[in-house]
Amino acid sequence: MSDSTTGAAALTIPPWIKKTLSTAITVIFTILGLLFVTFMIGRVMPVDPVLAVIGERATQAQYDATYIALGLDKPLLVQFGIYLGDVLQGDFGRSIRTGKQVSEDLARAFPATMELATLGTLIGVVIGVPLGVLAAVKRGSWIDQIARLVGLVGYSMPIFWLGLMGLLVFYGILGWVAGPGRVGIFYQGIVQPQTGLLLVDSLLQGQFAVFRDAFSHIILPASLLGYFSLAYISRMTRSFMLEQLSAEYVTTARVKGLSEWEVVWRHAFRNIRIQLITVIALAYANLLEGSVLTEIIFAWPGIGQYITTSLLANDMNSVLGGTVVIGVIFVALNIFSDLLYRFFDPRSK
Amino acid sequence: MNTPTEPTTLRAWLLAETPTSRRQARAASWYQGWLTLRSNPLTMIGLIILVFIIVCAILAPVLATHDPFAQNLGERLKPPGFDGHIFGTDSLGRDIYSRLLYGARISIYIVLLVAMVAPLLGLIIGTVAGYAGGWADVVLMRITDIFLAFPRLVLALAFVAALGAGIENAVLAISLTAWPPYARIARAETLTIRNSDFIAAIRLQGAGPMRIVTRHIWPLCISSLVIRVTLDMAGIILTAAGLGFLGLGAQPPSPEWGAMISEGRKYLLDYWWVATIPGLAIFAISLAFNLLGDGMRDVLDPKGGQ
Repeated sequence: MSDSTTGAAALTIPPWIKKTLSTAITVIFTILGLLFVTFMIGRVMPVDPVLAVIGERATQAQYDATYIALGLDKPLLVQFGIYLGDVLQGDFGRSIRTGKQVSEDLARAFPATMELATLGTLIGVVIGVPLGVLAAVKRGSWIDQIARLVGLVGYSMPIFWLGLMGLLVFYGILGWVAGPGRVGIFYQGIVQPQTGLLLVDSLLQGQFAVFRDAFSHIILPASLLGYFSLAYISRMTRSFMLEQLSAEYVTTARVKGLSEWEVVWRHAFRNIRIQLITVIALAYANLLEGSVLTEIIFAWPGIGQYITTSLLANDMNSVLGGTVVIGVIFVALNIFSDLLYRFFDPRSK
Repeated sequence: MNTPTEPTTLRAWLLAETPTSRRQARAASWYQGWLTLRSNPLTMIGLIILVFIIVCAILAPVLATHDPFAQNLGERLKPPGFDGHIFGTDSLGRDIYSRLLYGARISIYIVLLVAMVAPLLGLIIGTVAGYAGGWADVVLMRITDIFLAFPRLVLALAFVAALGAGIENAVLAISLTAWPPYARIARAETLTIRNSDFIAAIRLQGAGPMRIVTRHIWPLCISSLVIRVTLDMAGIILTAAGLGFLGLGAQPPSPEWGAMISEGRKYLLDYWWVATIPGLAIFAISLAFNLLGDGMRDVLDPKGGQ
């Protein structure tokens, strides 16, 4: 009797393993699908992949040889299998525009995008969270109205236009910040890339002049992205806080005679921390996307600019490679926020 | 003895406690919605801006002071107010004010097309998945999740790359990235309706799945979809403008607002108005849609308020 029960207990899989497994399967399916979509986009392209490699003036024999070498004579599913194998080894093919491996280009462009998006999210969190909390605590007051207005404008403003206006005012008229680009021409090549994040590298190597110049370049695009994540973060913070402040334990804490500061920050805010982290992860993912247009405006050498310039040059390998990388990061951040929420919030169990 | 008093005004007829006909009941519910909408000043501001832009778009040929495509290189990059050019001229000497009016037509055209194509696509996929259940449901929802996993603008860029630049292709690309949320909503609604008694009754009367889905499930999904569409319209405007700005949407010499900004970008520091004015127009229309969307949600979905 007792034997059989212990046997059964040993066989039941703990729920967290089940959850992890099902999440892993979902992730694998999503990424496979993502690759399939980009693969199909590459196949229905009006650009002939063979001509893109050998040029317009090649002979028919060369054309046929390349056609077979690229595997275009094989069935679509086999082609997808080959593509999958290449991508899993980090091989996105060669970029026609730069002449280098796409993976190499992406590895160089990615830190620039990451630097921008990270600083943007930081700005969004530092201003957005307190603004959201204040708006919830003083609901209906002028600060709540301001938070609402900030959000509304953030959701309605074309990001590329706001970037241009920022350049016009702060660079063109006031001259407070540096113009487009990542670092001034006199400072280029001084700092050896270590992490690829220019602000971090210049500090590590003690190049403070480079740091100052790079900071003066990044602050405007980062503030711009920060504003958009601020609009989202403050709105979410406000609604989370409103939910907590109407709970009974808050009333209890007040009746107990705690100061308003303690009620808000020690009690209510503590309970929204996990929800907030998931929101911040999503905001970060959104900034990666928002950076496409921002990078164009500010001539920022990141992934967004890489995809767009490649697109205009009909360089499909680069476009699809960049799309896959951004898509995978997007999925990863979504899963991360989801997992965080599920594992650390006791209420969701 | 108790003859119902005939309502004297239209307002009284609309607000009658006990409607006497189906028509009156329906009109009354519309009127109630309108009253809720009207009580919110922000919503009304949004509505007024939107109506203003639509009127501008319709009356563009009447209101325009110049031909939006006529170039005049002698008067290029003139400031606002110069010689009858209300908003100045662009780098080819075209009148920005007239181009804005015609550009409004393009923006509204894009929004309307996407707002019809994307929800319809989502509605079909979502209701089929929800009603069929089983494998069809699993497969369709997986596909939906995959599309949700892409950042929208990046996916739209890739689609435009495959389809080629142009307004219609931009519409298609935006629709192809915008449908997944609608599919999810439609599926959720279908799941709640599917097992209700009235569907069973219709099925017993011999209705096939096609008829049940299109005649009985679709109408009940519409209101949630409409809420979502009005909330999404600003996003559609911004994505379309972004594509236009990148040179992947409307092609020159089309007066699309995003493309106009892109053109003015080259002259930003010296001739600020060329890029600034179309941006204000985009901001105005997407703000209007956001304000209106919030208000519409309060009317159509009272449980989702706040």
